[in-house]
Amino acid sequence: MNAEAIRDRLHQPFGPWLVGSDFAAIDPWIEVRSEGLSEIGRYLREDPDLAFDMLHCITAVDYFQPDEKKAAQVEWQPHVELIYHLSSTVHHHRLVLKARLPRWKDDKPGQMPEAPTVSNVWSTAEWHEREVFDLMGVRFVGNRDMRRILCPEDWVGHPLRKDYEMPTEYHGIQAR
Amino acid sequence: MVSMTELLTLLPLPSWIVLTIAGAIQAALLLVVALCSAVIFIWLERKVSARIQDRLGPTRVGGRFGWLQPPADGIKLLLKEDLIPAAADRALYRLAPYISFCATFCVFLALPFAAGWVALQLNVAAFFVLAVAGLEVFGVILGGYSSGSKWSLYGAMREAAQVISYEIPLALCVVVVVLLAGTMDLVEIGRQQEGWLWNWNIFNPFAFVTFWVYCTCALANTNRAPFDLPEAESELVAGFLTEYSGFRWVYFFMGEYAAMFAVSGLGAILFLGGWNGPVPVSQWLGLSVDPHGLGAWIDAAGNWATAHIGIHEHVCFAAWLGNLLGMCNFVIKAVLGATCMIWVRWTMPRLRIDQVMTTCLKYCVPIASAMIAGVLVWSFVFPSGVVAYVTAQLRPAIEHREAAPPKAPAKKTATKSTARTIPRGELGEGGGAGRSLLVYGTEEVER
Amino acid sequence: MLTERMDPETLEFDVRTDEMLINMGPQHPSTHGVLRLVLRTDGEIVTEVTPHIGYLHRCAEKIGENLTPRQFLPYTDRLDYLAAMNMNLGWSLAVEKLLGIRVSEKTRHLRVVIAELNRIANHLVAAGCYGLDLGSFTPFTWTFREREKILNLFEEVCGARLTYSYITPGGVTADLPPGWLDRCEAFLKQFEPVIGDLHAILTNNKIFIERTAGVGVLTPAMALDYGVTGPNLRGSGVDWDLRRDGEPIYTEMYEGYTWRIIAPVNGRYPDDHPYPAIPKEAVVGDSWHRYFVRMLEVVQSMDLIRQGMEKYLRAAGEVDKPIDVKKKLPKGEAYLETEAPKGQMGFMIIGDGSPIPWRVRLRSSSFCNLSVMGQLCRGVLVADVPSIGGSLDLVLGEIDR
Repeated sequence: MNAEAIRDRLHQPFGPWLVGSDFAAIDPWIEVRSEGLSEIGRYLREDPDLAFDMLHCITAVDYFQPDEKKAAQVEWQPHVELIYHLSSTVHHHRLVLKARLPRWKDDKPGQMPEAPTVSNVWSTAEWHEREVFDLMGVRFVGNRDMRRILCPEDWVGHPLRKDYEMPTEYHGIQAR
Repeated sequence: MVSMTELLTLLPLPSWIVLTIAGAIQAALLLVVALCSAVIFIWLERKVSARIQDRLGPTRVGGRFGWLQPPADGIKLLLKEDLIPAAADRALYRLAPYISFCATFCVFLALPFAAGWVALQLNVAAFFVLAVAGLEVFGVILGGYSSGSKWSLYGAMREAAQVISYEIPLALCVVVVVLLAGTMDLVEIGRQQEGWLWNWNIFNPFAFVTFWVYCTCALANTNRAPFDLPEAESELVAGFLTEYSGFRWVYFFMGEYAAMFAVSGLGAILFLGGWNGPVPVSQWLGLSVDPHGLGAWIDAAGNWATAHIGIHEHVCFAAWLGNLLGMCNFVIKAVLGATCMIWVRWTMPRLRIDQVMTTCLKYCVPIASAMIAGVLVWSFVFPSGVVAYVTAQLRPAIEHREAAPPKAPAKKTATKSTARTIPRGELGEGGGAGRSLLVYGTEEVER
Repeated sequence: MLTERMDPETLEFDVRTDEMLINMGPQHPSTHGVLRLVLRTDGEIVTEVTPHIGYLHRCAEKIGENLTPRQFLPYTDRLDYLAAMNMNLGWSLAVEKLLGIRVSEKTRHLRVVIAELNRIANHLVAAGCYGLDLGSFTPFTWTFREREKILNLFEEVCGARLTYSYITPGGVTADLPPGWLDRCEAFLKQFEPVIGDLHAILTNNKIFIERTAGVGVLTPAMALDYGVTGPNLRGSGVDWDLRRDGEPIYTEMYEGYTWRIIAPVNGRYPDDHPYPAIPKEAVVGDSWHRYFVRMLEVVQSMDLIRQGMEKYLRAAGEVDKPIDVKKKLPKGEAYLETEAPKGQMGFMIIGDGSPIPWRVRLRSSSFCNLSVMGQLCRGVLVADVPSIGGSLDLVLGEIDR
């Protein structure tokens, strides 16, 4: 089943949550509203014709240009994008699922944006969501272990954000 | 045969000083043996493991074969800083290595290297060796507990569980031989195996099975792979040794290698004829307390020489030479045993604690117990050995044939078989069966 | 007082032993690097294992956002440093996917030979270290001896023994040196009997079987749920290998090769390999099968290398040269997973029209394989923790990125 057929298939139950798609891209993708991630994920996994039993990866991309001159040239508004790469070992098909989040919850800097977890659908997501939380600063609601995973517990900031400033010093260790 | 104490009494000194000096000399000699064996085994282990692993091992230190590598290691370890973890129980932490080493060392006290060449000839030597070797576990438990590290504690607890469990089948294995020999005196057990190869205990079917159980238990008791759980480096970092370094670590290490020699030596005495070679060479040459042949000549020549320098006491040079030969036999057997232990260590993965316990309780103990029962039956059926039993059964027939007109081939076999039984028959009288054990037992009670 | 004693709860409380928290790692001999496991133990029984990672974290993804794809290549070497060629290959293919370029046939076959050779090297380390985790030192030295020979071959090819940067986006840095194929064939020939030695000292060893069979059983459903991939997934009997099931840009490398995925599907391995019998204690999905799949893949990789060398010789033309260091990347995103020796290694690259990617994402196979450890280690003995960890074949350079 290609991405277009999957989109059609999803349209019936989740129509209002599907907000965009690109089937001509290198990896065809479907964009959904972030609040629907968990339900759509469950459907994708449990529907016998789709059977997306493997979640490969969760990627978060920060679309933000700190340089004002360059920021004027980009066509997007600042946001964080979540990308889910899925595949089915039964039907041998693949899908890229995207969701858009604000960079900060309610546009208040420091308030992490939130997305529903898919760790109850695929356990892979448990650590991947922790990683996104750690490096990109997205809180996954429902993940039972929302702690930093790669950085130390007391690390400040989220390194993969485009406006991240590396601390000059960490526990007396010169960091820059 | 003249002992060291007797030699020293020739000096014009009070007897208590003589005894002290004699004791000190013997202790020093034994310590040298224990340490040398440890050093040699460390070198052997490095070389054997290297060859198994397609390496060369030490090659440079000492010119060739890296023979000075262990002393060099020792010097390095001596020069290390003496570290005691802050959380450690200092007194116990310091005490533990010595307990461990001393326990192993004490085994050497009762271990005969040749007929009569033993620091302390005990009539319960087998019992003494087992009891003393078991004390080693206290050092390990103390060391593990006092280190103040969880890994050490794990190592100590494993050691406790493992060694104490394996003492039982190990003791049962020794009991099998004790039943067979009718004595707990290791010197006597060794003496009973004199003569040809087939006089060795291992050629008794029950002792043969017991030997393999003994090997397993000896490996487990010395914490050698695949039973090296107390110091399992891939699980417990280094087990009870985790926090030890420098010379305290050396003590544990020496203890381990000395224990290897001790259990191999004990195995050699119990099963492999002790100091007796496969062929009774020293008997042929007459190298005994009662010399004849070449032995008599050597004795005469030696005593002539001592008389010349003013010592008129009779010295048994022939017996001394025979013992030297015996010691070589014994050491070769013990080293071969240790080499097998090294070989096993470098080819086997480690067992898990539950598998270690299963091996002990489900296999070693029942097999050893069955062998004890078997040996008991054996001793009642063949009180003085199989050959004696068979000849006894055949005797009427032989006598009948001898009474009848002689037939050349029949007579030949008859003489041959009686000729063979002679040494075995003597052994039987010396106390080689269950019946004599009972006698021995009553003697003990009377004392 | 008496009634209190009789109360089963009180009694249970009285005799219950204390739990102990043990910190295993990051400086522990058998955590394969700087992995830290916190064990909650009740005597010898482990009730809970919590992995803590990040001791080797250097945020390679952030580094990737500041370098061009070719400049980032050496950083991929340091992910799975035991299979750096496969890391190079994954990154190169991902970049090629974004750029929309396809390498020549000769380059493809050369890449197959190199990648499979590195797979052998990786599996040798895995098998040797697994023996070490179980307390057997000798297989380790034997496998490292053989690995050294592979490293010699790699050194001839690219001058490095660990971090190769050889397979680059667009091609390879240089063609094979003269006579290399003969030396590779000579290596394979002398290596064949060594596999028998390894089977003798490990695979068929009674203690090894006792220690691994039935330990850490990973069911297929659990493996897929946790994203466990590579030999670990196949050891659970799932017939899945990206060399066959991956994306076209990757699978076309293996077109024309005869090989079968090695997985005990329904408890049976494909029967075109000489291998020892499966012990009856072994359960599909246990540590023993994970190890055994690797051992069989070694044999299979040798076969693929031989086929690849033949095809490489027959292919016309030259091998491709790498792309320009400052080649502009098109707008778009490309995600590609390849079958690295430890599992599926994914690279994502998002271009924004400049030579430097907007975002680089590394999907680590060991990261997902490790995440299942907590589940596998529940209720096992302390000694089984290294046994299970070793059977997952983790490398921390890749987990921590």
